[in-house]
Amino acid sequence: MRSARNVLEVDQLSRVFDVSAPWLSRVIDRKPKRYLHAVQDITFVVEKGKCLALVGESGCGKSTVARLVTGLYAPSEGAILFAPADKGRGRGKPMEAQMIFQDPYASLNPRWRVGDIIAEPIREFGLRSGTEAIEARVAELLRTVGLSPDDASRYPHAFSGGQRQRISIARALASEPEFLVCDEPTSALDVSVQAQILNLMRRLQDELGLTYLFISHNLAVVRHMADRIAVMYLGRIVEEADTESLFADPQHPYTRLLLQTIPDVAAPNRDRELMGGEPPSPLDPPAGCAFHPRCPVATGLCRQTAPQVLARKGGGTVACYHPAAI
Amino acid sequence: MSIASMPPASDQLALEVKGLSVEFPTRKGVLTALSDVSLTIRRGEILGVVGESGAGKSMTGMAVLGLLEPPGRVGGGEIRIGGKRTDNLGETEMASIRGRMVGAIFQDPLTSLNPLFSIGQQLTETIRLHAGGSKVEARAQAVALLKQVGIPGADERIDHYPHQFSGGMRQRVVIALALAGNPQLIIADEPTTALDVSIQAQITALLRRLCRENGTGVMLVTHDMGVIAETADRVAVMYAGRVIEIGPVEDVLSRPKHPYTRGLMGSIPALGARVERLAQIDGAMPRLNAIPTGCAFNPRCIEAGSRCREVRPIMVAQGKGSVACLVHDGGVQ
Repeated sequence: MRSARNVLEVDQLSRVFDVSAPWLSRVIDRKPKRYLHAVQDITFVVEKGKCLALVGESGCGKSTVARLVTGLYAPSEGAILFAPADKGRGRGKPMEAQMIFQDPYASLNPRWRVGDIIAEPIREFGLRSGTEAIEARVAELLRTVGLSPDDASRYPHAFSGGQRQRISIARALASEPEFLVCDEPTSALDVSVQAQILNLMRRLQDELGLTYLFISHNLAVVRHMADRIAVMYLGRIVEEADTESLFADPQHPYTRLLLQTIPDVAAPNRDRELMGGEPPSPLDPPAGCAFHPRCPVATGLCRQTAPQVLARKGGGTVACYHPAAI
Repeated sequence: MSIASMPPASDQLALEVKGLSVEFPTRKGVLTALSDVSLTIRRGEILGVVGESGAGKSMTGMAVLGLLEPPGRVGGGEIRIGGKRTDNLGETEMASIRGRMVGAIFQDPLTSLNPLFSIGQQLTETIRLHAGGSKVEARAQAVALLKQVGIPGADERIDHYPHQFSGGMRQRVVIALALAGNPQLIIADEPTTALDVSIQAQITALLRRLCRENGTGVMLVTHDMGVIAETADRVAVMYAGRVIEIGPVEDVLSRPKHPYTRGLMGSIPALGARVERLAQIDGAMPRLNAIPTGCAFNPRCIEAGSRCREVRPIMVAQGKGSVACLVHDGGVQ
């Protein structure tokens, strides 16, 4: 699994949240502590210059993975390793990973000028010395993301959603990371603006050799961006493969469900057969394979024991007892 | 002229909007949010209304519902719901029409339901308001409605409160509420945007089935072209407060005539094939107070000519639909 080409290696990562009621209520109601297993035992690697996408529905744990990778949450178990070795984090050391958030309206400080927002990581990590050098770097970053250097003196409210997302990208690039975690970077944007941002991200990947962990629920966007895709369901990766193989030959029943239900403009399926059901609550996941209540091919085995992550036909992994059984 | 191509009689129309404009008086003058919007929805038909944020698609729905936020007002034109003119009605009369003639489904099902009442109480109240009848009758009807929208165990679930339902189930309850008054028209404003894809498909399929069975016209407002492609019969594309293209869904999506619609379709990543670079429309939609003269799209349009900066294009019939673009109406030069 270890390879010099990997920028990020995530090994059997889990994160548990304590969501118990307050102590007194628990004593009165005689209720036990409750834990939410947001991410369970996930393993993946991201190769240099590639884009790995995590897809899944709300509550499947994909944003928790993003926060674990960027260090916003500490893992409960497992390891996150950045190449070449875990350098450790802390004040004064540039982080290997930077993050682009979903909502460009909430992720920029409205009281700071754009120039200050972008300059903060440069100052904090001491990447340039002297005001002029910092200003020159900010101007360069603004040009890189398709804005004008004059925009540095304006406030975020003067920009549209797409322009704000460009500012977020410039800020993420300011600390010169190799690795960007993008958590639904275009979900809040209109389609024509989404295309602008996706094109920009692809261009930056080519020019700067960036590696992306791309998180999205939109499979069409993911197909456009990703080299590999990991499908998550209720905190676990159920299938992981390179993009073409996953779309051509989805083997986990949940991946099939997702691919079947996305509306496609080019080939609308107006009389689709719908697989029923909804994702269960992650607080009270079903026993065995978490997908079995919705699964058309589930057997007694699926209801009892969770499946192991196995090698997938055509490369990658799949966690299912009956892959490609439909 | 064959019967099929005759314009439908007005009693077959669930909605007829003619030359509608909506204005917002401000200190700096009157802003026109919608201008000259014309569209029709037949009974049992789903009309998709698409466009980017600020194009006026939700505003059109709100104007039809008579729910424009003051100081917004209808500045001109006509709205007819089921043949009855509604744009000149007072608030009391409009309130009696809402629910009975036109229902609404909004984006967030949690804010559309009252958290303090069980869904049974909310449904029976609505049913009795529109149709009268005893509590027992209304409750039986409410259970029937919940079954119709596909809520399992409706007899039991009727006494549950909104927080006990998942997002998809809540949206089904909202649809049941919209159907309670048996309206001829439903305005569905981004009904699936807050839902996950696997649930989204269930809700759009439900909407299609119900509108076909009950002969209800639906105005489906959304920014998601995929939802439109799978749900709508016809589609209207809006830009900067105007309808710029309208026609059967397969024509507009696969053979778009307006350069904006073409750009919009090109900018959507397709599932079928991966392209190196998405087609993009540079720039952004103009603000209401800075709509350019001539065609509102001309600064972003790759086909624009000198005439586009002077003449505002009007809707002209093209095939089975119509389009407002000088390329199709006398040339751009």
